Amino acid sequence: MTGEAGIAATRKRARGAEEGVAPPALRLRRARRADLAQVIEIDARTTGLRKAKYWSGVLRRYGSGRGPHWFLVAERAGRIEGYVIGEVRDWEFGAPPCGWVFAINVRPEARVGGIGARLLQAIGAGFRACGVRSLRTLLARDNALVLSFFRSQGLMAAPVIPLEKVLD
Amino acid sequence: MKLQTNTLLALCSMLEFAAAPDRALSAAGIAAQYGASPHHLAKVLRALGRAGLLSAARGAGGGYRFRGNAKRLTLLDVIDLFEDIGRGTQAKRVRGRRRAGGDIEHAIDTVLAEIDETARATFGSITLETMLKLAARSRSG
Repeated sequence: MTGEAGIAATRKRARGAEEGVAPPALRLRRARRADLAQVIEIDARTTGLRKAKYWSGVLRRYGSGRGPHWFLVAERAGRIEGYVIGEVRDWEFGAPPCGWVFAINVRPEARVGGIGARLLQAIGAGFRACGVRSLRTLLARDNALVLSFFRSQGLMAAPVIPLEKVLD
Repeated sequence: MKLQTNTLLALCSMLEFAAAPDRALSAAGIAAQYGASPHHLAKVLRALGRAGLLSAARGAGGGYRFRGNAKRLTLLDVIDLFEDIGRGTQAKRVRGRRRAGGDIEHAIDTVLAEIDETARATFGSITLETMLKLAARSRSG
């Protein structure tokens, strides 16, 4: 769906809400191969890159439901509105395992509607069921939009400092 | 990390206003709550008003009213009105290079710049609404 078509669909849903018509329910579930085209489109709209091979690999690794891996999508009437991906990771230097979220995204026209929050809650519930006590993520400090989202969900600075070095 | 008194008063005031967006709050009431002089706080509120974050309320009670989007307005937006966090680092760095011992100053400045950048990113990622949620969580223990 193009950006304009997406916006039109969102407006139609908003009109429906004004007229008292309940919008189709949002369903959170594991990602399937058939969802990939929409996931790739959502990612490409944010990053400008279409990474079909990458996403196919992510689905293989995280979409199987085997092991502590999650690739969840938020779907409304057949349309993928957003996704979240993460896993339970062990940590080096004596830190206990934690739930690690390494991707979350919502269609721009579907944002500020609580979809990201629901995706994060769902993956958090998966982490808790595996016995971990914290959810962690890492992102660029100039990514104000996503940083603000995580902050709004109660994430605080972790007791770790990411370090890097430019290799000559 | 220590913020100037004016900046802290501005942050506290903005959070009070954002928590009650439909009501006008008096400078005197907020000053009493935070143990600040009403005269001092009035100056802070005027600065926030000039920045378009508050509007003066008319009527018997007077005071100010929140004007903005608590979901979008960050702590950094407010802080930047009162002090510069990290913006002077580049100038200091250039000055340091010109003097003997500039390398040492430059090294120290690099570390300070790292701290400043982290502070700016932190303040820039926390909206007033997120702060109000944090305050509510603190209240409920």
